[in-house]
Amino acid sequence: MRVNLTVNGRAEAVDDVWEGESLLYVLRERVGLPGSKNACEQGECGSCTVYLDGVPVCACLVAAGQAEGREVRTVEGLAEGDRLDPLQEAFLECGAVQCGFCTPGLLVQAHDLLARVPEPGDAEIREALAGNLCRCTGYEKILDAVRLAAARKAGRR
Amino acid sequence: MDFLRPTTWAEALAARADRPDAVPLQGGTDVMVEINFDVRRPGALLDLTSIPELATWERAADGRLRVGAGLPYARVVAELGDALPGLAQASRTVGSPQIRNRGTVGGNLGAASPAGDAHPPLLAGDAVVEAESAARGTRLIPAAEFYLGVKRNALAPDELIRAFRMAPATGPQYFSKVGTRNAMVIAVCSFALALHPAERRVGTGVGSAAPTPRRARAAEEFLAAELDWTGGAALDARVRSRFGELAAEAASPIDDVRGTAAYRRHAVAVMARRTLGWAWNDYRKQVEACA
Ligand SMILES: Cc1cc2nc3c(=O)[nH]c(=O)nc-3n(C[C@H](O)[C@H](O)[C@H](O)COP(=O)(O)OP(=O)(O)OC[C@H]3O[C@@H](n4cnc5c(N)ncnc54)[C@H](O)[C@@H]3O)c2cc1C
Ligand code: FES
Ligand code: FES
Repeated sequence: MRVNLTVNGRAEAVDDVWEGESLLYVLRERVGLPGSKNACEQGECGSCTVYLDGVPVCACLVAAGQAEGREVRTVEGLAEGDRLDPLQEAFLECGAVQCGFCTPGLLVQAHDLLARVPEPGDAEIREALAGNLCRCTGYEKILDAVRLAAARKAGRR
Repeated sequence: MDFLRPTTWAEALAARADRPDAVPLQGGTDVMVEINFDVRRPGALLDLTSIPELATWERAADGRLRVGAGLPYARVVAELGDALPGLAQASRTVGSPQIRNRGTVGGNLGAASPAGDAHPPLLAGDAVVEAESAARGTRLIPAAEFYLGVKRNALAPDELIRAFRMAPATGPQYFSKVGTRNAMVIAVCSFALALHPAERRVGTGVGSAAPTPRRARAAEEFLAAELDWTGGAALDARVRSRFGELAAEAASPIDDVRGTAAYRRHAVAVMARRTLGWAWNDYRKQVEACA
C-alpha cells in the first residue's frame, strides 16, 4: 500500500509498504532516515522514539498505515540546518553518548520533556526517561545533559 | 494482509462485521508487538485511530463519564485524575511515557490480560463496557461480567468497544501494584479499592492473581458493614487485617516467572490493607471537613 505522511516537514509518499509494517521500518528502510534505532521492536527500549503529531511514541509500535496523513518528527528533525538543538549539544558536551544507540530516542523523549516542562526536577527527568534504556552510560551523564540543556534554555548558563 | 482505515464509527462497525479475520488496532502496544514478532498474522488490521470520537470523553446525561475506547492513558492521567482517581493512578503505572501516550483503556479491555492495569479500578468503580455491533447496536456489559478467561473477554466477534462508562468518584479510590521497578513492569499483582460513601459500598478489583481480573466480593461486603461511615472512626486493626485476608482469598494465583502463588496471595493482602489505610485516612478528613 501507499502511505502519505510528513516527515520532518517534508511530504513523503511511500510505496510498497506492507500492511503489517511499522512506522519505524518505513522511516529507516523506505524514507532513508536511519536515526531512529531498532533495538527491541516491542516498546521496551525507547530507541525508536519519534514525535507523531507532536507526541512522543515508539515508532516500532505504530503501524505504518496509522501514520497516514500525520506528521512525524525524528531525531534528524531536531537540528535546524547545521545548528544542533541545545539538547544535542549538551549530550555531546556531557559525554552522554557512548555507543550512541539509545541517543536518538533519548533526544526526542528529552526534547519533549523540555518543551513541556522547561525546568524539570530530577524526579521528572527520571520519570520522563523511564522508557529509554541505555546499556553504556549508566544514565548519570544523560541526566547531566538534560539538566544542562534545561539550564541553557532557561538562560541560566 | 489488508489495512482497513475507517474514518467513522459506522464504517468501523460495518468493517468489523464484514471481516471476522480483522484485528482491531488502537495504540498497537499489544497488537504491534505480536505482529513484529510474527506471533500473529491476521487477514487485516482494522485501524480505529482515525475515528475522532473514540479519543474523547464526555459527561453523560446521568452524570456518569463516558470515556472513549481510544483515549490514551496519558490523557486519562491528565484529564480524569479528579473524576476517576483510581483509574488515573493505574494509568500512571502503565509502561513508560511513550506507551502511555499511545496505549488505551479500550486496548487493555480488548486484550483482557489478567495483568492489565486498567481492570482493577474499572471493577472497583463499577465500570460498564459499551460494546457495539452493526447488527444489534449497543450492549452494556458490567466490567465484572466482561472478563471471561485468560485474554478472553465477552465481546462477540462482530462487536467493537465504543467506550466505558463510570460514575465520577464520590469517595477515595486507590490503586496499588507490585513489580520490580517503578516503570515498565507488568504487574506481579495489583489491587484497587474504591469507597462509595453515598451507597455505603466498597468496590475492589484484584489484578494478576487469577485467570481474570476479579472483584473480592466477600471483602467488599465485610468492609462495607464494618466501616463507620457516619462518624469516620479510626480503623480497627482487626478489620484491616480481615479485609486483607478476604481480599487474598478472592485470588486464585499461579506460580509463574513473575512470582509464586503464595507471594501473590500475601501481596494482595498487603495491598488491600494499605489501600484501605490510605482511603480511610482520606475519608476521615472528608468527614471532619464536613463536621
Ligand atoms: C513496553 C510495554 C509496556 C507495557 N506495560 C503495561 C503495563 O504496565 N500495564 C498494562 O496494563 N499494560 C501494559 N502494556 C500492554 C498494553 O500497553 C496495554 O494493554 C494497552 O492498554 C493496550 O492498548 P492499545 O491501545 O495499545 O491496544 P492495541 O494493541 O491497539 O489493542 C489491544 C487489543 O485490544 C483490541 N482492541 C483495541 N481496540 C479495540 C476496540 N475499540 N474494540 C475491540 N477491541 C479492541 C485489539 O484487537 C487487541 O486485541 C505494555 C505494553 C508494552 C509494549
Ligand atoms: S525498538 Fe521501539 S521501543 Fe525498542
Ligand atoms: S550509549 Fe550505548 S546504549 Fe546508550
